[in-house]
Amino acid sequence: MLHAPSTSIRAKTPLLTLSGISKGFPGVRALAGVALEIFPGEVTALIGENGAGKSTLVKILTGIYQPDAGTIRLGGAEVSFRAAHDAAAAGITAIHQETVLFDELSVAENIFLGHAPRSRFGLIDWPAMRRNAAALLDRIGARIAPETRLRDLGLASRHLVAIARALSVEARIVIMDEPTASLSHKEIAELYELIERLKAEGKAILFISHKFEEIFRISDRYCVFRDGECVGGGMTAETDHNELVRLMVGRSVDQIFPKTAAEIGAPVLSVSGYSHPTEFEDIGFELRRGEILGFYGLIGAGRSEIMQALFGITRASSGTLRIDGKAARIRTPAEAIAQGIVYVPEERGQQGTIAGLPIFQNITLPSLAKTSRAGFIRLAEEFALAREYTARLNLRAAALDRDVGTLSGGNQQKVVIAKWLATRPKIIILDEPTKGVDIGSKAAIHAFMSELAARGLSIIMVSSEIPEILGMSDRVIVMREGRIVASLPREGLGAEMLVRAAAGIREAA
Amino acid sequence: MSSAKRTPMVIPDRLESRFAAGLKSWEMLLIAVALAVFAVNALASPHFLNPWNLSDATFNFTEKAMIAMAMALLIIAGEIDLSVAAIIALASTAMGLALQFGADTPVLVLTGLATGLLCGAFNGLLVSGFALPSIVVTIGTMSLFRGIAYIILGDQAFTGYPSEFAYFGQGYAWWVFSFELALFAAIALAFGILLHATSFGRLVYAIGNNPTGALFSGIRVARVKFILFLLTGLMSGIAAICLTSRLGSTRPSIALGWELEVVTMVVLGGVSILGGSGSILGVVIAAFIMGMVTFGFGLVNVPGIVMSIFIGLLLIAVIAAPILWRRLRGEGFA
Repeated sequence: MLHAPSTSIRAKTPLLTLSGISKGFPGVRALAGVALEIFPGEVTALIGENGAGKSTLVKILTGIYQPDAGTIRLGGAEVSFRAAHDAAAAGITAIHQETVLFDELSVAENIFLGHAPRSRFGLIDWPAMRRNAAALLDRIGARIAPETRLRDLGLASRHLVAIARALSVEARIVIMDEPTASLSHKEIAELYELIERLKAEGKAILFISHKFEEIFRISDRYCVFRDGECVGGGMTAETDHNELVRLMVGRSVDQIFPKTAAEIGAPVLSVSGYSHPTEFEDIGFELRRGEILGFYGLIGAGRSEIMQALFGITRASSGTLRIDGKAARIRTPAEAIAQGIVYVPEERGQQGTIAGLPIFQNITLPSLAKTSRAGFIRLAEEFALAREYTARLNLRAAALDRDVGTLSGGNQQKVVIAKWLATRPKIIILDEPTKGVDIGSKAAIHAFMSELAARGLSIIMVSSEIPEILGMSDRVIVMREGRIVASLPREGLGAEMLVRAAAGIREAA
Repeated sequence: MSSAKRTPMVIPDRLESRFAAGLKSWEMLLIAVALAVFAVNALASPHFLNPWNLSDATFNFTEKAMIAMAMALLIIAGEIDLSVAAIIALASTAMGLALQFGADTPVLVLTGLATGLLCGAFNGLLVSGFALPSIVVTIGTMSLFRGIAYIILGDQAFTGYPSEFAYFGQGYAWWVFSFELALFAAIALAFGILLHATSFGRLVYAIGNNPTGALFSGIRVARVKFILFLLTGLMSGIAAICLTSRLGSTRPSIALGWELEVVTMVVLGGVSILGGSGSILGVVIAAFIMGMVTFGFGLVNVPGIVMSIFIGLLLIAVIAAPILWRRLRGEGFA
């Protein structure tokens, strides 16, 4: 749409046209004036970093969210989707990373749930349903019996069932949200075949991915998302890796990262040969005093899993840990805390805060031994500790005895960080520290991280946000598929290097 | 959040005093209900205000209320134990067996306590050790424990407990105050302190509000839950001693259906059935209310089956009422 391909003779009228689509959430601008065209018989790839707005767009297209502004035209006529069934009725269907299917039902029931063929008496016409299901499965080349219970199928077969379901509603537009994320090579090849078949039937396919090889393998058009905008697009055949990387990363980092130079001291934590049966393998790195070590990678690269093993939530199957040069074993979070390692989780609501408990009690929870005497709690000490650390983090709250669940995301994150600082740790692991946090709190958290590093705390920061990684880290470890693929110093570090390493693209000429 | 100025802000510890918050609490409402029940009983029967009658009334609830203290902690932590009445049956049967082998009173007491602890440990092991849902585990052990009691006793009964053993269920500590009432007061005080004044109590609330968050905060969640099951088993053992002593005999059907009355007491006391909130004071007041209502029904000759219907309705009402009450209060603050 930016540079119309003059070579293409196939180009015709788009099936779906989005223009000026905007969507905001409190404190976040998810989409800002997105324009996109999707053509029948073509695969349009949607590319972008995590949080670029791809999922929000999918939710708007499937009627789960309503846009704040903009129009959606379907075959020339303007439409609006008030609910998921409106989008389904218009022939738009989505296959998600984890499509909602029902384990206890048969394949045929899963395919026709909600729109099963009816007999004359209004009852479900079972023979017709089985016949239609078999025909659909046959059409996509799936060798699955319609009577099979879904729970007896593997992941790839479930995908096929989800696709059959998508086709059963006579979808004209099929959205695939990272469909290959958990498939084997053979299964991916089968999926590609199926996509070709759907294309031949004239379906328009919106293919969301951040894997470069599959975008070049399967898509006809592409559109790159960044910060809620479509920053570039065109025919896939006319672009290359370099251009896509450049578009994804953008030019400038317009946020201010107050990373100050900190004196980097002796190693505090040394990890070597750290492995887990399924999540990560042969991880080795060193963390030094006063250092901010960034961990970059795509979602599912195994970063959080390593951190949770270091914190004693899960257990590594092999490998050694040294803390301050001494061999250490961590089997439970309590042991990690005792060794001075604390973890600010990504899933703030579920793992970070304890909604229902007041702010001050959240903060003192791991420090109760300090604020109590002989097992008896002392409220005055608790409030004093909570006051000290909430002031340092510039928390905004009505009172310290308010339920932590009433705070905004950013302020909840400050409470979680305050909770851990109150234990006086040596090492703090921050997993996506500013995810879902408003701009103001984000800056406050970044400033505070710098201050902590300057005082000699060692910080591991897991982040999928390139500007944050570039702005805050002294050194960056890049992970891909459970392994460390690069360890890069701050000097000369660029966004493109990170994206290449994380996606497994070799240096292009 | 749009204010551009980021001056450090002084956050007050509390918005309202604990006294002001206390006045608006569920416990205050319970006290009002207790007074109303007391007044109705006093008007309904001229015998109600007699001190000895009032003392008799306490036997209606003291044993259940002892278990309710431990059950309150368990429910606050997000778990439940439905096997408590069956533990009474098994502990009482164990004491009866010990009696057949010539045990004296101290050995009988130890037998009751040990059986309660063992049953609690078994529940706790299944729930914390194997991460099974407590409602399923304890429905299972409810049948298991009482089933063992039935196998041992059949349709027989153990009788002939020594006379000094009778003190626990029939003795008086001072004037009209029974040993059971005094014991309950001591237990209530101990559990009140444990829940509201110790670090352990804080962990119970944390686990009940968010077990995953508690784990990620370094709390040994499984160990805390195990201790709570152990305490509930111990309280059931103590209740078994009191009840066996009061009845002077053991039948396998002893304390049948008590688990529901204990849970009703706890929930009426303001403990959220979903876990995370509640107080010992509330459960103590609820115990008195239920005891007085039962006694009042007895005074005006209401048949037992009506009492059973009443308990059922009360259970439904008290599960709904705190939710509605909080919704009402919540709207007031919003």
